Amino acid sequence: MRYGPILAAAMLGGMASAAAAQTELSLWYHGAGSANAEEALVNQLVEEFNASQSDYTVVIETFPQGAYNDAVGAAALAGKLPDILDVDGPVMPNWAWAGYMQPLGIDEAKLDGFLPGPIGRWNGEVYSVGLWDAAVAMTTRRSTLEDNGIRVPTLDAPWSLEEFNGALATLKASGKFEYPLDLGMAWTGEWYPYAFSPLLQSFGGDIVDRSTYQTAEGVLNGDEAIAFGEWWQSLFEMGYAPGTSQDAADRDTGLLNGKYAIAWNGNWAALPVVEAFGDDALFLPAPDFGNGSTIGAASWQFGVSGTSEHPDGARAFIEFALQDRWFTAFSDGTGLIPVTAAAAADTQNYKPGGALEVFYGLSEAQALVRPVTPGYLVQAKVFEKALADIANGADVADTLDAAVDEINEDIEANNGYGH
Amino acid sequence: MALVTPDNHGLRLWTRYSVLVLVAVIFIFPLLFMAMSSLKPDQQLLSDTNSLRAFLPVGDISMQNYTDAFERAPIGVFVVNSVLITGATVLFTLFVCSLAAFSFVFLEWSGRGLIFSILLATLIIPYESIFIPLLLMVSQLPWIGTGGLEWGWLNTYRVQIIPFIADGLSIFLFVQYFKDLPRELIEASRVEGASWWTIYRRVVMPLSGPVIATAAILKFLFMYNQYLWPLMVVQAEEIRPVMVGLGYFTDQLNVPWGEVMAYLTVITIPVLAFYLSLQRVFIASVASTGVKG
Repeated sequence: MRYGPILAAAMLGGMASAAAAQTELSLWYHGAGSANAEEALVNQLVEEFNASQSDYTVVIETFPQGAYNDAVGAAALAGKLPDILDVDGPVMPNWAWAGYMQPLGIDEAKLDGFLPGPIGRWNGEVYSVGLWDAAVAMTTRRSTLEDNGIRVPTLDAPWSLEEFNGALATLKASGKFEYPLDLGMAWTGEWYPYAFSPLLQSFGGDIVDRSTYQTAEGVLNGDEAIAFGEWWQSLFEMGYAPGTSQDAADRDTGLLNGKYAIAWNGNWAALPVVEAFGDDALFLPAPDFGNGSTIGAASWQFGVSGTSEHPDGARAFIEFALQDRWFTAFSDGTGLIPVTAAAAADTQNYKPGGALEVFYGLSEAQALVRPVTPGYLVQAKVFEKALADIANGADVADTLDAAVDEINEDIEANNGYGH
Repeated sequence: MALVTPDNHGLRLWTRYSVLVLVAVIFIFPLLFMAMSSLKPDQQLLSDTNSLRAFLPVGDISMQNYTDAFERAPIGVFVVNSVLITGATVLFTLFVCSLAAFSFVFLEWSGRGLIFSILLATLIIPYESIFIPLLLMVSQLPWIGTGGLEWGWLNTYRVQIIPFIADGLSIFLFVQYFKDLPRELIEASRVEGASWWTIYRRVVMPLSGPVIATAAILKFLFMYNQYLWPLMVVQAEEIRPVMVGLGYFTDQLNVPWGEVMAYLTVITIPVLAFYLSLQRVFIASVASTGVKG
């Protein structure tokens, strides 16, 4: 009996030392306060990883999205970055260039079969991986198109510029809608480059010259970009789309209550459309304005911080997350697109015959990531301002020239951003 | 010299009250809009902004936004943190800055004029411009805690309090006020054998209610509205203040405006309560020192 306390103490000591042997990994996540299930799923992912092995314990800190990037910047300055970072896809090159992140170093065979958007590459190396992606589509009703004699486009045969303009004119002339097209101008920020730069790319322009990433000259103010700008401005001048003063509530419900005929919107807003219109709901590919039909790609992803002292542990966590069951769980919980076909087949919405199956196909066929350059953060804001100004009546050529100057000056000021 | 007749006296009163009511309305409408909007669903909230309905509790009224806001963010934790951080900073500021001002006004020491001038010069430097060097500094500072000596103040309450205790504006306010106190009181106390500490504690501070209220309110507002600094130095949710918490209500595309208004209404309550409790002395101080706040 007298050995009992000693034995118990020894056992407790052993347990304590086992616990102490675990290396703590910090993870920062951007979605504090998010209304959907994403935060709960990230917490579940952390819990299951911690329970699955005895080497590491991941501790999560959540940040409100609006403050997240600034918090990471401040922490990097103070040398206090966490081990695992959550990063928005188009922001990753900037963080990698600034040394906030290091190459992931995972076996790329694990990424076979992934959609292109969720893989974050910079300078030939994978820095981040996402568990989901998002896609946008021309959202409308089959009956709206058929009643107005408008062809239903397909991935193989999307609308051409003439067809699309004709469809808008027809819908406007029908007098049934306040506007034939809702572009979502009530939304600001990243929505502009994410949703609208693919339209510019389809015209043949771009935000920056992707062959060198050293200039926007010729791509953001060339003939194709000016043609895009003039078309863009005409949408508002001709009353085809509500402009920058659009009511945010109309953005959410305008299509559902018949105010708009077609909405350029994402898969995250698709389920209410399906619920409202059932089989009549249509999610159509982006029009082809002459240089292919593309949509934006890349959402939030996980990566390893540049100062992590435990990159092996951080990598182990990310590899643990790269399982189809997690892709399925996140998709079912948040409505976003799973990153592999196998995971999609198990989801509620993206399985064959699922309500949102079409979005997986759109992501697979049309996704084009935003410019992969550290300068994107500045370029996105310049692009947003230029498009808003043009929508509000600014001279197209002058506005695009000014945008090019601003982007080029930033690239020069940053010595080419390491390209 | 014009005669004041009952007629033009009434007209003057009417004009004066009309102007006061107009100013009051201008100041109170934003608060009214916030409180009324917090009771409405988003769609109604946005459509009401085109009319006076925005300031009235009409339409589909409920407390749902409050329920949703409390579910979305740990509002209670944020409010307690802000009150704690703000309260501690205000108390320490009043003590440290009044002592500094006492020294500038009543004690004779060489260089005080120069140092006071330097102190005044700091008033023109925006806090935001020193945040980066301050961040680098506090991230390396030592502290003796429960676990012994530790390095770095990030992610703590103290990093949200200590850097803001001493400030030029508060010292300036105390100096201006102390200068107007009757010198005879101080001299009489010295003749009676009172120490400087006793004079500060028993004579000067009891006579300084208005300036204490003014400095406290200005500091309270500055600290309670802090956003950038806590965003940079605090990562843990459990010590996050209210303004950073506002970020819980925005994402990349959507802003739940009703919940935002509910959140703002809740976090405005401590500010209003603090101001109203000190309103009378604050106004007296503004009248006597000319502080425009």
